[in-house]
Amino acid sequence: MDNMEYLNIIFQEIYKILLLLVPVLVSVAIIVWLDRRVWAFVQKRQGPNVVGPFGLLQSLADALKYVFKEIIIPSSSNKVIFILAPIVTMTLALIAWAVIPFSATQVLADINVGILYLFAVSSLGVYGIIMGGWASNSKYPFLGAIRSAAQMVSYEVSIGVIIINVLLCVGSLNLNDIVVAQKNLWFIIPLFPMFVIFFISALAETNRPPFDLPEAEAELVAGYQTEYSGMMYAMFWLGEYANILLMCAMGAILFLGGWLSPIEIYPFTLVPGALWLIFKILLLFILFALVKAIVPRYRYDQLMRLGWKVFLPLSLIWVVLTASYLFYFNLLPTN
Amino acid sequence: MIAHSIFFYFFSIIAVVSAIMVTVSKNTVHSVFFLILDFISISCLFIMIGAEFLGMMMLIVYVGAVAVLFLFVVMMLNVAQQKNQWFASEESSKHIPVGLIISILIFFELIIVIGGWKYKPDLFDLNNSITNASVNNTQSLGQVLYTDYIHVFQISGMILLVAMIGAIVLTFRKREGVKTQSYLKQISRERSEGVEVLDVETNKGVKIDD
Repeated sequence: MDNMEYLNIIFQEIYKILLLLVPVLVSVAIIVWLDRRVWAFVQKRQGPNVVGPFGLLQSLADALKYVFKEIIIPSSSNKVIFILAPIVTMTLALIAWAVIPFSATQVLADINVGILYLFAVSSLGVYGIIMGGWASNSKYPFLGAIRSAAQMVSYEVSIGVIIINVLLCVGSLNLNDIVVAQKNLWFIIPLFPMFVIFFISALAETNRPPFDLPEAEAELVAGYQTEYSGMMYAMFWLGEYANILLMCAMGAILFLGGWLSPIEIYPFTLVPGALWLIFKILLLFILFALVKAIVPRYRYDQLMRLGWKVFLPLSLIWVVLTASYLFYFNLLPTN
Repeated sequence: MIAHSIFFYFFSIIAVVSAIMVTVSKNTVHSVFFLILDFISISCLFIMIGAEFLGMMMLIVYVGAVAVLFLFVVMMLNVAQQKNQWFASEESSKHIPVGLIISILIFFELIIVIGGWKYKPDLFDLNNSITNASVNNTQSLGQVLYTDYIHVFQISGMILLVAMIGAIVLTFRKREGVKTQSYLKQISRERSEGVEVLDVETNKGVKIDD
C-alpha cells in the first residue's frame, strides 16, 4: 500500500465520523428544545417558542450565548483536571456512537463486542463528573461528585445484569446481531420487566430527574457544575444530553428492535432502518422528558435502596428465569 | 503493519509513562488518574492483540468500578496531606528495605517467567490450549471458564463471596442513636391516619396536640 491509499482511507473514515457526529450534535440541540417543550406542555406552559419556528433554534441561541460568556477558572482549583473534566464528559458521550448500528450496513465500527464497548464507555462517564467535582475545590461540587459516583456505580450493576438477560436470548455481543435476533419478536415483550428496570436505571445513570441528586439545586446549588461557566458548562450540558440520547439508543437496540420496522409488510419496509431507529430513540426520549415533568425527586437513601435491594436482586432472578426457560425449551442460541 | 507498530508504541509508551507517574506524582488523586490512564492504554493494547473481550472487561471492571472506588476513598481521606507528613518523618525510611526486597522479588519473578518463555517456547504454546481459533475470544473464554473448568470457576467465585461476607461481618457495627426511616411505614400510611377534618368553632380554635 502506498501513502495515497493510506490517506484515502483516513479521509474516508474522517468523512464517515463527521457524517455521524454532526447529526448527533444537531439532534442534541433539538433534543434539549424537545425536552423543555415536553416539560412545559405537561405543566400547561408554552416553553421556548420564540427563536425560530416553534422555538426550534432556542438551543442554538443558548449555545451562542455560552460561547461568548467568560470562562472562569477558580483560583484554588486544580486547573488541568478542571479543564479536562468537561472535555472527558463530551468525548465519552460522543465516542460511544461509533458502534450504534443505523442499519445492517450503516455502522461506523461493527465490532464483536459492541454491547460491552457501549457499557464500558457509559461506565466511564462518571469520571467527567468526579473530575469536575473534585477539581473545583469547593464543597457543593465535591458533594455532588461523590453522590453521582455512588449512584452511577450502583445502577451500572443492574444495567449490566439486564444486558446479560438480553445476551442470553441473542448469543452474541455484536449490536447488529442483537437487532437481527429480534426479527420475529422484540425483546420488550418477553423481557418487559427488564425493560422497565433498564429504563429507570438509565434515568439514574444519566442523572436525570427523579434521580438528579448530583445536581439537586435545592441542596447543592448545581452540584458538580457549580463552578463552571461559559463554554465549559455548555460542554457538560451537551455531553449530558448526548449521554441521554445514547441511553435511549441502547434501550431501542436492546429492547425495541433497533433499526427493524415494527411489521415486515409493504409500506413499512420502504422506510429506511435509520429512520426507525431515530423514531424509537425519540419515543424513549419523550418518555424520559415526561418522567422529568411528572415525578418528584428521590431521597438519596431511597435511591440506593432501589438500586441495590430492588433492581439488582430482581434482575438477577430474571437472569436465572430466562436462562432456565431457554434451557428447558431448548431455545438457547447456538452459533 | 507500520500503522500497527505506531499504535503499539503509542499505547505502550503511554502505559509505561503513566505507570511511572502513578508512583512519582505527589498528589494521590493525580496518581489515581494516572492509574486510570494506565488501565485504559493497557486495554487498548489488549484490543490490539485481538483480545477485545479482555480489553473491554479491563475497562468495565478496573476503570469503570475499581478505580472509581479508589478515587472515592482517596478523595474522602485527604491522603495527600497525610502522605507529605509521613514522607517528612523518619519513619518512612524504615520501610525502604522491605519495599526493596519486594520489588527485587517481583523483578526476578518477571525475569523467570519471560526467560522460561524464551527458553522453552512450547511450554505455554497457544496451540496447546483447548480452544480453536475459529471461534471469537468471547466464546472461547466462555468455553474454558463455564464448560471445561466450571467447578473450579464456581469455587473461586464462592471464595470471593466468603471473603466479601467476611469483610462485611468484620467491619459491620450497629450504631446507636441513628435515625432511620422505614419505607414500609412510609408507604403504608393512610389518609385516615394522617389527616383529620375538624369543625372549627369561631373564636374558639382547635387544640391539636392531644
